[in-house]
Amino acid sequence: MSKNGSIQSTTLVCYHCGETCRDTDIQAHDKHFCCEGCKMVYEILNEHGMCAYYDLNQNPGQSQKIMIRSDKFAFLEDISIQQSLISFKDEQHTHISFYLPQMHCSSCLWLLEQLYKLKEGVISCKVNFERKEADIVFDHRLMSLRQLAELLTGIGYEPYISYHDLGKKKPVADRKKIFRLGVAGFCFANIMLMSFPEYLGIDDREGQLLIFFRYLNLVLSLPVFFYSAGEFYSSAWTALKQKFLNIDAPIVLAIWVTFARSLYEVFTGTGSGYFDSMTGIVFFMLAGRVLQDRTHRQLNFDRDYTSYFPVAVTRIKDELSSTVTLPDICLNDTLLIHHQELIPADGIITRGRALIDYSFVTGETLPVAKEMGEIVYAGGKQVGGNIEVLVIKEVAQSYLTRLWNKDVFKNGANNENSFVHGLSRWFTWVVFAVAIAAGAYWFWQDESRSWNAITAVLIIACPCALLLSNTFTNGNILRILSRNHFYLRHATVIEKLADIDTIVFDKTGTLTAGTEMEVVYDGKPITPQIRKKIATLAAQSTHPLSKGIAAWAGQPLKDPFLAFEEFPGKGIEGMVDGDLIALGSALFITGRTQNDEASVVYLSVEGKLLGRFRFRNHYRQSVPMLLRQLQERFYVAVVSGDNDGELPYLRKLLGLRSELYFNQQPEDKLEVLKSMQQEGKKVMMIGDGLNDSGALKQADVGVAITDNSNNFTPASDAIIEAGSLPQLYQFIRLCRFNRTIVMAAFVISILYNITGLFFAVQGTLSPMIAAILMPCSSISILLITFGLSNLASRKLKLA
Amino acid sequence: MSVIILLLIASISVAGLFLGAFIWSVKTGQYDDEESPSVRMLFDQHPNKK
Repeated sequence: MSKNGSIQSTTLVCYHCGETCRDTDIQAHDKHFCCEGCKMVYEILNEHGMCAYYDLNQNPGQSQKIMIRSDKFAFLEDISIQQSLISFKDEQHTHISFYLPQMHCSSCLWLLEQLYKLKEGVISCKVNFERKEADIVFDHRLMSLRQLAELLTGIGYEPYISYHDLGKKKPVADRKKIFRLGVAGFCFANIMLMSFPEYLGIDDREGQLLIFFRYLNLVLSLPVFFYSAGEFYSSAWTALKQKFLNIDAPIVLAIWVTFARSLYEVFTGTGSGYFDSMTGIVFFMLAGRVLQDRTHRQLNFDRDYTSYFPVAVTRIKDELSSTVTLPDICLNDTLLIHHQELIPADGIITRGRALIDYSFVTGETLPVAKEMGEIVYAGGKQVGGNIEVLVIKEVAQSYLTRLWNKDVFKNGANNENSFVHGLSRWFTWVVFAVAIAAGAYWFWQDESRSWNAITAVLIIACPCALLLSNTFTNGNILRILSRNHFYLRHATVIEKLADIDTIVFDKTGTLTAGTEMEVVYDGKPITPQIRKKIATLAAQSTHPLSKGIAAWAGQPLKDPFLAFEEFPGKGIEGMVDGDLIALGSALFITGRTQNDEASVVYLSVEGKLLGRFRFRNHYRQSVPMLLRQLQERFYVAVVSGDNDGELPYLRKLLGLRSELYFNQQPEDKLEVLKSMQQEGKKVMMIGDGLNDSGALKQADVGVAITDNSNNFTPASDAIIEAGSLPQLYQFIRLCRFNRTIVMAAFVISILYNITGLFFAVQGTLSPMIAAILMPCSSISILLITFGLSNLASRKLKLA
Repeated sequence: MSVIILLLIASISVAGLFLGAFIWSVKTGQYDDEESPSVRMLFDQHPNKK
């Protein structure tokens, strides 16, 4: 019994990647696959008895439909490239760390760590799942780096190696704050323990012991004062150098005053000092900072064009091809560009027919056909056969790279202009006034108590409550947002988001889903037979419009009698089982130019015009709703690099009030945003490609949109997953709540401060009262900020 | 009285040991990847260690 082709009733999914199988022929061991690539991965694993990969998760693989060129990793044989990539090498072993973006589940982890079973020479492989990296040790006498890369590619994990990796050291994670927090926690807890005897009233006869406890506390507070609190010293000092008084300055003052007075009390034997309050507040403030700064390690917010460019390309010299790294490309070099490869430098096509996909650079949806002798710009991706390009500008001088040298990309230092700093300054002046008033009063009444009163006021009224409420609220809001797949680069972005009044969208890839297009046919009805023939003909061309029509028309004929010719830039014509069918532009089919929107393909059968196919951008489902919702509260604009084919639709959606810009070069986009900002608008830009990177940087908040957070996104302040776009308005509202929550927590904590001040101005603040007030106020701030922000998120129906 | 001092020294040095352990664990990168160790321990075969 043959099963061949007759088991289609239920949809078949690929055993490897879980995609629906169009073909039923590709199978091995009764398992079906969607493509040869997936089957190959299965066979490799099966051969080594590693099919447990498929037991851990269902269909764990990634689709292998796009074949990878066999000599893609040839550049890894170049010694200088090798040296800049590997992390360590001795006589036997080489250590290298690869970024494997395909990694996504426990099966991946399992398979990669068993890599040594697949090939002799691999010694070990350790996966860092959060960063999607694999640290591999291999024996370079048994296998080469290129073979390793090809082995990984063969099982479906193609290492991503970009120009950016060349010779750049990876930043070491900054763990200083964690250490400081640990030390502060240790000292704080012990000091609190040692302080109990004194607070609970130790027997007077144990005077020696009391002094011992006090000195022990002093010793324990030293690491906090000199090491843990260093965080605040350095931050306050950098701000002061820029003539800016941030919130850390009054905090440092309070820490110093507390420490000085405590030292004085212990040395003169007049009291036990406020060591526990001081260390406690440092501990809580550091905890808030750590919570707020917990960044998303797996995301990268700083990508520039170098992360997109390949490490090396093929250069042809005297009929010989060799690998050359990007910086070494010179003028007048001839480069060989393969299918799906990025053009690294501006040049002229000298051989082959180019079909260049600029969607990445300019936002145009459709690839452009270029003939020999025409100029192609760096950043375009070749689709189709190989071409040869004569370099006319070096990589650093190319059109796309020049954009990065513009000023917007250079000023990295943006001043922290949080309202918290302003508030803390105001607060500090009030505290100073109270301290001086209290000091002056006691100076007249009882001189001995005036010093006491001043220091006590300064100790009790430091704006640490403000800092605490701010950092804890920020930290929690960041967590809520990332739970909803909206990732912010830093806590300061929250406040910027709250101030937004204008939202600018890019079209391609942002409002529309990727480069997918909807095909609409209008004209005379097509018989099923003709439809099959159209499918057969359209399948012959690699042009994306032709591919689109092929997908629309469905199953092609099984064994057609076919003769066809493709006319680049015009269309395709052919005999399919006796019918002359032509697909192409209006000029090609009807002989006249038509005034159409951009993407229309005409169809004729036996020389008679039947109808036309219109290609419409495929908008993300939620877009109309979202735009309407946003338009009620914000000024919305669309800036697109594509042609104005979608103008009528967007105009209908957005009305006459909003601005729509089309055919915008990357620099134009930047200028549009700049002029909006000059009108005093606070602009948020949402875009996806490199063509938006200038605008993303110029915007007050640049948001990169991605269908999958593992994909590459240009440098931005925030990354949003496409699925969360409908909730954008809720996210902005949550950020607006931020300020209210901080203020609420601050007001509550001021009540504690007033209680403390009541004792402080009388000069009778005992360490015990301070020790009770401090943790109470800290913990209530913690509860309030977490409670309110979670409440707000629930009210906004966020996850 | 001297017993209390002795106890204090003991308790602080134990706490100090824990602080040291904490710093060591952070330093050796045990918190760098919070995902994979929890999955890795469930696998039957163990990665090659050499």
